[in-house]
Parts: sequence; C-alpha cells; structure tokens
Amino acid sequence: MSDLLEEVQRNLWAPAEIDEREVEKLLGRLSNGAIDFGELFFQHQRAESWTLEDEIVREGSFSVDRGVGVRAVSGEKTGFAYTEEISLSALMSATEAARSIARQGQNRRVAASHPVQAERIYPMGDPIDSLSEEAKVALLQRVDRAARAEDPRVKEVTVRLSASHESMLVVATDGTLGADMRPLVRMDVSVIVEHNGRRERGFAGGGGRSPLSRVADDDFAMGLASEAVRTALVNLEAEPSPAGAMTVVLGPGWPGVLLHEAVGHGLEGDFNRKGTSAFANRIGEQVASPLCTVVDDGSIHGRRGSLSLDDEGTVSQETVLIENGILCGYLQDKLNARLMNTQSTGNGRRQSYAYLPMPRMTNTFMRAGKHDPEEIIASVKKGIYAVNFGGGQVDITSGQFVFSMTEAYLIENGRVTRPVKGATLIGSGPEVMTRISMVGNDLKLDEGVGVCGKDGQSIPVGVGQPTLKIDEVTVGGTQA
Amino acid sequence: MAKENPNSSIDLSERAPLLKKLVADILEEAVKLGASAAEVSASEDVGLSVTVRKGELETVEFNQDRGFGITLYFGQRKGSASTSDSSPEVIARTVQAAANIARYTQEDACNGLAKPELMPEALVDLDLYHPWNTDAQAAEALALACEAAGLNHDSRIKNSDGAQVSVQQSSRVYGNSHGFIGHYLSTRHGMSCVLIAEDDNGMQRDHWYTTARDPSLLETPEAVGKEAGRRSVARLSPRKVPTGHFPVLFCPQMSSGLVSHFLGAISGGSLYRNASFLMDSLGSSVMSDHLSLEEEPHLPKQIGSAGFDSDGVATRDKAFVTGGIVASYVLSNYSARRLGLETTGNAGGVFNVTLKGNEKPFAELLKTMGGGLYVTELMGQGVNGVTGDYSRGATGFWVENGELAYPVEGVTIASNLKDMLLDIQYLGDDFDLRGNIRTPSVLVGEMTVASN
Repeated sequence: MSDLLEEVQRNLWAPAEIDEREVEKLLGRLSNGAIDFGELFFQHQRAESWTLEDEIVREGSFSVDRGVGVRAVSGEKTGFAYTEEISLSALMSATEAARSIARQGQNRRVAASHPVQAERIYPMGDPIDSLSEEAKVALLQRVDRAARAEDPRVKEVTVRLSASHESMLVVATDGTLGADMRPLVRMDVSVIVEHNGRRERGFAGGGGRSPLSRVADDDFAMGLASEAVRTALVNLEAEPSPAGAMTVVLGPGWPGVLLHEAVGHGLEGDFNRKGTSAFANRIGEQVASPLCTVVDDGSIHGRRGSLSLDDEGTVSQETVLIENGILCGYLQDKLNARLMNTQSTGNGRRQSYAYLPMPRMTNTFMRAGKHDPEEIIASVKKGIYAVNFGGGQVDITSGQFVFSMTEAYLIENGRVTRPVKGATLIGSGPEVMTRISMVGNDLKLDEGVGVCGKDGQSIPVGVGQPTLKIDEVTVGGTQA
Repeated sequence: MAKENPNSSIDLSERAPLLKKLVADILEEAVKLGASAAEVSASEDVGLSVTVRKGELETVEFNQDRGFGITLYFGQRKGSASTSDSSPEVIARTVQAAANIARYTQEDACNGLAKPELMPEALVDLDLYHPWNTDAQAAEALALACEAAGLNHDSRIKNSDGAQVSVQQSSRVYGNSHGFIGHYLSTRHGMSCVLIAEDDNGMQRDHWYTTARDPSLLETPEAVGKEAGRRSVARLSPRKVPTGHFPVLFCPQMSSGLVSHFLGAISGGSLYRNASFLMDSLGSSVMSDHLSLEEEPHLPKQIGSAGFDSDGVATRDKAFVTGGIVASYVLSNYSARRLGLETTGNAGGVFNVTLKGNEKPFAELLKTMGGGLYVTELMGQGVNGVTGDYSRGATGFWVENGELAYPVEGVTIASNLKDMLLDIQYLGDDFDLRGNIRTPSVLVGEMTVASN
C-alpha cells in the first residue's frame, strides 16, 4: 500500500508542489467549529478508446482529466466545490466555498491521518500502455473478420476497445488517508444481421479491472464476436412475445440486473435514511423468498464493479443485504452511516472529483441455490426463459422496476422451444422477490459491461445470479 | 452562510476572449504538427445548485468546468483527444495525443471538415445569456418556498426528496482550420421539487420542474411545489388493469420520447450503419398525414437554440416531416458523406423541434379516446432502434367514458414504432416548450397493455 500511496502522491501532489503539510492545513480550514466532516478527493484519469466500423479503425480518442473535489459536512448539510486546477490557491478557494455551509468558528484539530491498508485486487499499471497501438488496431481487425466469418448474414460490425486508468487519493478530517490506482478495460462487439429484408442487432461485451491482455486474449475476443452474431441470429427468428403475467425463468449471469433494480437501489443508505425507499424500516423482515441470499461485494479480484477501497477511503467488503429472504443490511457511505448510527460498508462512490459521493452498488449478486438449471426449466409448463437483458430502471419509492429482455425463448411443457422478441418485464421489487420459487446451482457473474446511473452520475458495476424461477411477473409483449 | 458565493463574481462573458484565443492557439499548434485540418471545441461552465429537504438546507454545490476537445486530420486519417486541464503543457500533450492516434487510425474517404461556405458568416444573437445574480442564500430561500408549497398542498404528502434551485452559465467555442471560430454564451436556470405522498396502499413519488435561459421566465416556486404535490397525490392507490389492446395517450413529457426515437431512426448514424427501422424513408409516409415535425434553431431564449452545429455548419429552419412524409434526415457532415447527401446542419443533434398536427383540447382528447391508458411516466430502455419494436414499463391513469378514472402502475405498453407513428390520431394543445423536443399529448390508436 505505501508504495502505491507514494506513487499517487507523486502523481497528484508533486506537479502542484503540494505536500502533506499543506493538505493538513486545508483540512484544518475545513474542520472549523460547525463542520463534522471534511474531505479532499484528488483524482487523475486517463482514458483511451478505439472504434472499428465498416472494416476500418476509423476513430481513436484519448482524454485526460484531473481535479480535486472538496466536501464539508455539517449534520445533514453538505457544501461541495471542485477545481480542475490542482494548485494551492485553487484548493483554498474550493475549500472556502465548501465550508460556506457552516458558520465560521474555531478551527479544530484534525485527526492524525493514517494510511488505509487495503488488499490489492487488481494490478496498478495503466492498461492503456499495456498493449501497443499496432496491436490494438490489429486486434479490432481480427475481431471484425471473425464476426464476419461467422455467418454470411452479418452486414455490419462495430468493435470498440476502451481502457482507462484512475489514480485517486482521499484525505479526510476523520484521519483517512487512502489512495488507489484503478485500471478498467472493456471490449464491445455490435453486429447487424440481415435476412429476407429483416434486420436485427446483436451485442456482446466484457472486461474488468485488468491490463488489456484480458480482452485481447484471442479466445475471449473471438468469443465476443461469435456471441454477438449468435444473439443477432436468434433474434432474426424471434416471434412476437406474449403479454401478461406468467412464469419467467432467468438465466445465470447478466440477468442479475434483476437484483440490481428490484432490491439493490432500494437498499442504498440514503433512500432508507430519508424513508423514501419501499424497503425503508424493514430490516429483519421477510422481503424475498427464503431461497434468496443477496450480497454486494466490491472485493472480488479484477471485476468491473470492484474497488480496493471506495472513493471515501473505506476498504471494500462483502455486505449481505438479504439472507434467506430476510432483509439484513443497507449499502452505506460515510454520511448516511453516521446519520443512521452505523458503519460505512465501503459503498461510497462518485463518478469523479466533480460529483459528491453517495451509497452505490459494486458487484451485486444472488448466491447459488440447490437446483439443477435443467430441473428448473423442466418444472415450467408454460412461460418464458430469458437469458439476456438490455438494462433496467427502478422507482425506489413505489418499488416498481423494469428490465428489458434482449434474448428470450418460450418454455412449453418443460422444454425451451422458440425464440421470442425482446420485451420489458415489470413488477414490484418486494413482490417479485417473494415469488422466486427455485434457485439454480449455477451462480455466474456478468462479463463486465454494467453501468449504473443515479442522480446523473454513472459508475461501473457488476451483477450476477444463478438460474432463477419467478412464479409470476408481467411480460410486456404484444400478443395479448 | 457567511460566505458569499465565490462563483457569483465570475462572469463568463469577460473570459470569452481568452477561451477563443486558446482555441486559436490550439489550431495553430495542430498546423505546426503537420495536420492537414483540425477542429477544436472548448467549453467553460460555472454554476451553483442548492438543495433543501424537509425545510432544511441539504447541499450547496459550486461547479466550475472547463473542457477542450481536439480532432486532427492527416489527410483522411483522424485522431481525437480531450482534456479538462487548460495548462499549456497539458494542452500541447493533448494535441500530441490526437496526432499520435491519427498515425494508427485508417483512411476514411468521408473524413474531413465541412465545406467553409457552410459555416455562418455572422452569428445571430439568440438572446441565450441571462446571468442570474443570486447567491446560495437566495437560492436556498426559493427552494424552501418551493418545497413548502408542495408539502402544504395535501395532508397525504408525508415526505420529500427535496427541492433544488440551479443557476448555470456556459461559454462554448468551436473553431476549425478553415478559419471559422464561433462562440456563444448561454445561461440555464431551474427549479425542481420531488415529493412523496403516502396512504394505506403505499408511497408514490412524483416531481415537477421549471427551466429557462432567463430567470424571469421561471415558474414561481409555489407553482412548481404545488404541481409536484398534486402529481404525487394523484398517483396514490394505483390499480391493475386488464391485459389487452387499448388506445394509449402519452402526456407531453412522454410523447417527446416518441419523437426522439423517430429522430434517432432518421439520423445519419443509424442510417449508414443499417441500424434503423426507417431505412430509405426519405420521401415516404411514416407518420399520420396530419403531422409535421419542424425545426427552428434560431428561436430566441430557447433551450435548443444554436447558430451552428458541432461541425461549425450554420443551422437553419426546416421540416423533418411534412404531411406525415419524411422531408429531411438528421445529418452531420460525416454521416451525410457516408450516405452521399449534404449535411443538414445537425451534427450533435436537433435544435428546437416541434410536433404539429390535428390538435384538440385535452378534455376533448379524452372524450375522443373513450377508454384506454393515459401514460404519465415510462420506464426502461425497451426500444429496439433496428426493428422499431417497443415495450416499456408505464405509469399513468386509466381512462373510462372519456374521463380519467383511477391511477395505474405496473403495466407495460408494447407495439412497433412504425405502427405507432402511423397510428397517431390526434395531438393535444398542451405543448411542453421547456425542452429541445416540443410536443403536446399524443393519442396512439392502439397498443398492447399488459398487467397482472
């Protein structure tokens, strides 16, 4: 940890000729009489992406962003300012702006800072430099050729390779001194297939916190190409989807977006502190079927949603949200934990220095059950088997959530038969979770493409689940 | 609250010459590096937003952003880079990064700047810059008044997710190696309120907002708070409805989504990628024949107004749809070249688009409809732009005998956009003019409504 901390300090502080003494003084300014908590969040981020379209690598872009977010908290009040200029004078004026929420008072002593010790769960290096430009371009071209070779009905192929590297350092009046270096890579393949005048799109993507070698690996990259083509071809044959309430079996992995929407958001600390979530004040109650145990775990090695420590310097952990159907925990950042008299669960996250942190998910998934997936499908007389989804959304107050199938099949008499078109599933989180009647033994995490939006802030997240059977949920097809 | 808003002293109009000079310097740097053409966009924003909740100040946020985006062309190859850091060394490195990328990208015959004669000769004053001389305390007082009006509106309003006031200034420069440098200043201010009503059947939230370039055109805090309250209470005790085929009426805030799906389908990017359900639709009838869709980029004080697009091409009035027929695609310089057409001045999107057609007052619209679903909120991303297949979660009201009967939640509405656009029977006269896509209520003859 300490060499990482030193390297991040060198990157973020040295160019501006800032050292620990000055940062301590700024914290002192932030910590006057009426302020409970103050924090400086330094960040530097590099990002690069390459796009192949129409068989040529036609676009590449690079960006670099740096800045500092300054926060002062007094009771439930927060003052926040930021600057893209890392200099003492810019930091002073951001500090003054942030502390303007509280009346002037005596400066208090700031707790002595102690470096946060966190296990490294991804490599420190910048993935942008982990592969040469020639190799990146060649990789995109190989994936394009592989996708086109899959089937003559493939008309368009778009391949995108992205890599970014974030250095962050957080210091706070509670003595926190935390730093992290976070790589993130991703490859996306999107295809259009056409047959007899009908066109369809297929998509596959994946990545995580690793060097580019993870997505540049030929098995992985060509796997994405063939998966994108396969899903497009399935949809080319799809029939209109049924409409109304029915049994739905969800496949393993990415369909775990169910948990993200149906329970995850509703269990974020801020909504529960304010009493605006359908799950507020329900700790200890049965909110899901006893077969369900749902966790959020930011400490899994190399996953897209993972963090060694969160953006407030709290070490990531596994948090059990629902155990055997009983609600047992919320996701907390420092502010909401303090106001609810509990501890942060390491879920304080922000899109960048220019945004305030809030309680957010990391990797959210359901633990495996005991059923064989085939046994689950065999138990359904008539229903839907949904294996791939676009995205979802939730109204945390009413509990209503949706998520949209992009690859689904009919189940007839215990067998998966014909593909049906994409359709939206809708239900109330607390209701749908109690209707989960079978849980598979095939827990899988997603491939690493999730982006979660909340209050205008986007962050990378992961989801996962085993095969699940929901006895009744509304399917928004056209065939009534 | 002893400190004055440190951003209120910043007037972006004073700093505009600096931003323009920076753009000119970057273009010069690009030419030095041997680029055959270059374009640069730069932006600067400052603002303040204040949130209150349950009668107390919750957050005061000061924002101050700068950004530079650079695209270099070496013949038909291009590279792009961007940064938020305006220090000379970082800008030089960013230009270098764009040049480096252009060494590895491949030649694309359609790459390049738009023709110089397409750039505006002079910029019309669109009256977009109206700084609001308010500070955090005054903004807090307005937000408190707004939330209080909402909380007091009805005893069933039991909780609040807060009221917010925001004040923003922005400065935008676009320049390219043809010698064109365009600049405009704008402001955008707003107020919003989110309230939670509760009865024996649970909680419901809804919101309302006002936004304007000129702060004197904002709705009053009381009007915003009351409307948020009215909407939240109206949603209490929702019922289920039967699954079947019914008329669906979209409120103005939701019907703008239909227009934006349509605009996506006739935009160059979807068309040249073969990713649209409206391929080769220019000149074809795709909507009911009473409908037209008009773009007016030069309306004073409007949210979508702009004198040039993100290629530097002058914007102009036009129709995308006339009498239900596609009159123009939505094209940038690049996508136009891909399709063998001329740019429509829509790089980066559309500018003040209004849907027009057979209008009826809302009450008459309900009578004409008879029964069905009035949609006030949509959820999820269930729209397939390639096929037009449409399936989304909906909240709203059931219509019976030509009147709103009771609130509905937990239903989906599904159809195909091609059918829906041709089945738009009437429009309301209740235009929502706050956004870039300006629509009234829209009545679609029939969709599948699913419920449990």
